[in-house]
Amino acid sequence: MTEQAVSRTVAEVRCALEEHDYLADEGLATAVLLALELQRPLLLEGEPGVGKTEVAKTLARWTGGELIRLQCYEGIDIGQAVYEWDYSRQLLHLRTAEATGDAAGVDAETLENELYSPRFLVKRPLLQAIDHGDGQPPVLLIDEVDRADDEFEAYLLEMLSEYAISVPELGRFEAPVPPIVVITSNRTRDVHDALKRRCLYHWVEHPGLEREIAIIARRTTEVPDRIIRQVAAAVGQFRTLGLYKPPGVAESIDWAQSLGRLGAAALDSTLAEATLGTVIKYREDQERVREHGLDTIVEQALRA
Amino acid sequence: MTETEGALVESRHLDHMVVGFVAALRDAGLTVPVGSTIVFRRSLELVGVDRSLAVYWAGRATLVTCPEDLDVFDAVFDAYWQHRDQPGEQPEPEIEHLTIALDDGADDGEGGEVADEPDVVLRWSPAEVLREKDFALCSNDELEEAQRLMMRMRFATRLRPSHRHEPARHDRGRDDLRRTVREALRTEGEPMRRATTVKRQQPRRLVLLLDVSGSMESYARALLRFIHAAVVARRRVEAFALGTRLTRLTKELSSHDPDQAFRQATGAVVDWSGGTRLGAVLTDFNDQWGVRGMARGAVVVVLSDGWDRGDPGVLGEQMARLHRVAHRVVWVNPLKSTPGYAPLAGGMAAALPHVDEFIEGHNLASLEQLAAVVAA
Ligand SMILES: Nc1ncnc2c1ncn2[C@@H]1O[C@H](COP(=O)(O)OP(=O)(O)O)[C@@H](O)[C@H]1O
Ligand SMILES: [Mg+2]
Repeated sequence: MTEQAVSRTVAEVRCALEEHDYLADEGLATAVLLALELQRPLLLEGEPGVGKTEVAKTLARWTGGELIRLQCYEGIDIGQAVYEWDYSRQLLHLRTAEATGDAAGVDAETLENELYSPRFLVKRPLLQAIDHGDGQPPVLLIDEVDRADDEFEAYLLEMLSEYAISVPELGRFEAPVPPIVVITSNRTRDVHDALKRRCLYHWVEHPGLEREIAIIARRTTEVPDRIIRQVAAAVGQFRTLGLYKPPGVAESIDWAQSLGRLGAAALDSTLAEATLGTVIKYREDQERVREHGLDTIVEQALRA
Repeated sequence: MTETEGALVESRHLDHMVVGFVAALRDAGLTVPVGSTIVFRRSLELVGVDRSLAVYWAGRATLVTCPEDLDVFDAVFDAYWQHRDQPGEQPEPEIEHLTIALDDGADDGEGGEVADEPDVVLRWSPAEVLREKDFALCSNDELEEAQRLMMRMRFATRLRPSHRHEPARHDRGRDDLRRTVREALRTEGEPMRRATTVKRQQPRRLVLLLDVSGSMESYARALLRFIHAAVVARRRVEAFALGTRLTRLTKELSSHDPDQAFRQATGAVVDWSGGTRLGAVLTDFNDQWGVRGMARGAVVVVLSDGWDRGDPGVLGEQMARLHRVAHRVVWVNPLKSTPGYAPLAGGMAAALPHVDEFIEGHNLASLEQLAAVVAA
């Protein structure tokens, strides 16, 4: 991708994502297109494993921009997300200045300016993404924002409204070209409406059978088509059982890959039982699947 | 910029379509700020309006911010743009969606603003006997009939002014916004004027917490049907199951098909008819959702017999926390009507001081009362 000036179409976005191994439906491709063209963040919400994080990685592969990832967690703060002063190096600088006697000749203000100069600034992901220099803008992935707290969201909103960050001691950093921003949420908590409104929004669903088959095929090696089909069908069934953690695409891929490694030509209940742990991670969920009847699910999958 | 006469007309036409559609979404209950309308308008320039599916996805990306609103969006979209192309994998929404979603608006009459909605409207079929019958004594057929009646019940709470969230800083969008509004007004943009000057009102959020522990067995299923009716009939409803753990059911219950919703919801609750940890689970609710924001200013309804194996002090404490942030706390106890029942059992006694309204919930008539209390 080089021509920034020419607007893309939804179909082109879909193709480009596919070339980089991501199979998007029209809804997601539209949201991506709009995010790129309108230079607004893209907010992807959905259950774990539906392919949200992968969108950002794919965009980085496609555009050639650097992937800058901020994994959110409870209590994340500016120091970890935006920037921090490197105190130990500042201290060292101060000591050296004193030891060499420079400090005597230098007034306090000059020394302080030295201490708060860019070389002692540690840039964390958000500042890195804003202060990225020339060239292809990076892809900023703010992953699982629902884990962070309200204050952090408020900060994000401010930063994303201007694509700028102020460091009181240094001044304002502004992105020459805004980074491509992807925010994901597993929706353990609702993201603030104001932040949502700043973004293009897409609710990511589990893929339908055919798309899931295509995804698994693309993301695994040397797995017979038959197995892939059956895995996708069985996983589709698992998702209707109301499990505590329904399997995502990642689990389908893992399952198909391990069946492939076992040299299986088709799924059967013995194999499914032996490998259930790769697709259903929680013991309670495994029990629930067995209660429902793994045999029945496998049988249905065989007919897929 | 030089625009040909034709392009100008086109652009005006687009403005009309956009503001008209957004007005329809608002009438159906969605909150759509002007800023989003403008982003939608710009998006249409990018994706074009020749294919309705392109318009549909552009609308979803710019006007909707949670999956719970998708049903309403789909229904309004279909009504407004007539027929949408078949979207790839998703089944076409059923036509009932449309009737239900637009029903509210239509009843309000001309210029139907949500504000004109009556406090509560209940429509009943003449099955008076069933209304009084205890759910625990109902046959399956009767429960089915009861559930059909619930689906016809209508919920509404008093409206409160909504605070529209504005981005903290001014950005380029601001200027565009002013310009676009001015332009729209010049193009005799009646809908736009309405969209910007009418003060939006939001109903209070309704949060329903259903105890699904073993002691509630005879009632939990019927009450879940009731909750489903509330979730689909009204916007801003959240539903949770309280058992040995907390399960959010809003999404599962958002399907308009009662059986499907019921299946999804009971499927999601892994501890249906299991033990009770009412105090502990309510702590989870408060920590993860309620006190964080969901219960603030909301009408919170707990549907439970108040039976808790844990320390009643915890339940009392958590009810107090909830009561501090909620607008109103209602406790629905199906055992209340049982002759000789006095709410002295540990949990219930500890909770009562923090409850605004304590009502029964063992039959349709009492749920009718609940709807009225919720609306008050
Ligand atoms: N549409 C898709 N096309 C290709 N691969 C996908 C797709 N959706 C999911 N995946 C695969 O599933 C895995 C899990 O997706 P991920 O983005 O981590 O999920 P989430 O962030 O939603 O939890 C990814 O590593 C990717 O290989
Ligand atoms: Mg992820």
